[in-house]
Amino acid sequence: MGLFDRHAGLLEAYRDVRTTGADPFQIRMERVLSPTEAIIDGRKTLLVGTNNYFGLTFDPSCMEAAIEAIRAEGTGTTGSRIANGSYSEHVLLEEEIAAFYGMKHCMVFTTGYQANLGIISTLVGQGDHLLIDADSHASIYDACKMTQAEVVRFKHNDPASLDARLRRLGDKPGNRLVVLEGIYSMLGDSAPLRGFVDVCKKYGAYVLVDEAHSLGALGETGRGLCESAGVLDDCHFIVGTFSKTLGAIGGYCVSNDPDFDILRVTVRSYMFTASLPPSIVASVRQALRVVEARPELRKKLWDNVATLYDGLAAQGFKLGPEHGPVVGVHLPDRMMAIGFWRAMLDAGIYVNVAVPPATPNGVSLLRCSVCAAHTTEQLEHMIDVMTGIGRQLGVLSGTPKLRVVGGSR
Amino acid sequence: MPDPGTGEPLLRTAHKLIVENDDLVVSLDLPLETSRADVMREICHHLAPYQAGEKPIVGETVISKDLTIDSLAVMDMVMELEDRFDVSIPMNVVAEIHTVDQLADTILDLRARR
Repeated sequence: MGLFDRHAGLLEAYRDVRTTGADPFQIRMERVLSPTEAIIDGRKTLLVGTNNYFGLTFDPSCMEAAIEAIRAEGTGTTGSRIANGSYSEHVLLEEEIAAFYGMKHCMVFTTGYQANLGIISTLVGQGDHLLIDADSHASIYDACKMTQAEVVRFKHNDPASLDARLRRLGDKPGNRLVVLEGIYSMLGDSAPLRGFVDVCKKYGAYVLVDEAHSLGALGETGRGLCESAGVLDDCHFIVGTFSKTLGAIGGYCVSNDPDFDILRVTVRSYMFTASLPPSIVASVRQALRVVEARPELRKKLWDNVATLYDGLAAQGFKLGPEHGPVVGVHLPDRMMAIGFWRAMLDAGIYVNVAVPPATPNGVSLLRCSVCAAHTTEQLEHMIDVMTGIGRQLGVLSGTPKLRVVGGSR
Repeated sequence: MPDPGTGEPLLRTAHKLIVENDDLVVSLDLPLETSRADVMREICHHLAPYQAGEKPIVGETVISKDLTIDSLAVMDMVMELEDRFDVSIPMNVVAEIHTVDQLADTILDLRARR
């Protein structure tokens, strides 16, 4: 058996995808023009699949901070925090994130994936119990493969399902760690966090919340679902990323646990990889200031979410269960999702295509992520385009709805 | 430990099964012993949609090879079986299960150890 034979099934599915003429998994942005536009295939394309929720990738103050840092400290750190030392900016960033959450400790990672992978797999070990939501991100599943703890899944967003699993553990020894996400990345739905926290308290389980998609978006000051659900003090660990709302790359974990810092010499994804370069640290520090100083970006984001979600729902599209910065559009099967995606790209709109096995319950989706920098006109244009394609492809049934046009000509 | 719904102590004997589904918690009275046949019947019920051709699903059926089910659907089926039989099967244990027989044995073993 050859090395690649085990991937034969996937290879076949991938070949199907490529026959559409464009490969959604290897799309090339020839030039990125702004948070909402890029040149793809020689044409200006509207971007609605970038996780760039506040549009900060082109924020002048963040860009200037990054450029200044490169001039002052160079392009990279060329080593890990443990072996090669921290720069002052790494430490300052950690202090600022800890202060943002009102927590005592923060560790910064080179990616959000590594933060989840390292923290989760290290917090629990032999004899402990790790309980994860069935729809958890790949980084959480990969952490499960690395830990010696026993891992049990509970039904997505279902506190009663978690309760049953914690109850069954009875008086077995070992710590219990429950992992939840603020906003789930495929359908944009939030965890019923208060219900989960109540269950965790009942059984003395630790709570870790991944706010990757909810940092900035949720909570009065943008701290995420922990803040909007009013349970910040009940969450033992909060993990997040710099690669979405903060417009760069990197991950973090905050906690009030007095022994938290021991993780710096036990978490392998922190110890054995190069630390974030100065430019990234500088732009993230500035982006955090922008999030705190400009709450209107959060309001604009949610206004845009309402425009896109309600607009698509009114046309009859089947969407994720609630408003969220990620809007998942259900399509009947994998090939329809890919065909629809391709038609959208031809019409000058880029979204993400999400198909099994990356999606929960085998669903096929067009995954749209909304940006505060989108204009209402851009989103209304997108709704028109999707409605047209939906009718052409037979996804939207029935006769076209008459549109009311105000005023006289 | 009290039942979250009624506040009564949970019965851990085999004739009383607590089924939790969404917000609804109901108690079912089951036969005193969960027989191997019960477990096999339930597993086959879940696997039926993934039957490949006419080949029947039997104890020796290798779940990942002889059926059209993918690994994610296997894990989702395990969650359903966990709630049906009120046991938890850790993911590392699931990874070691290959046949329908092994899955049934695991469930019966976990029930016996409760």
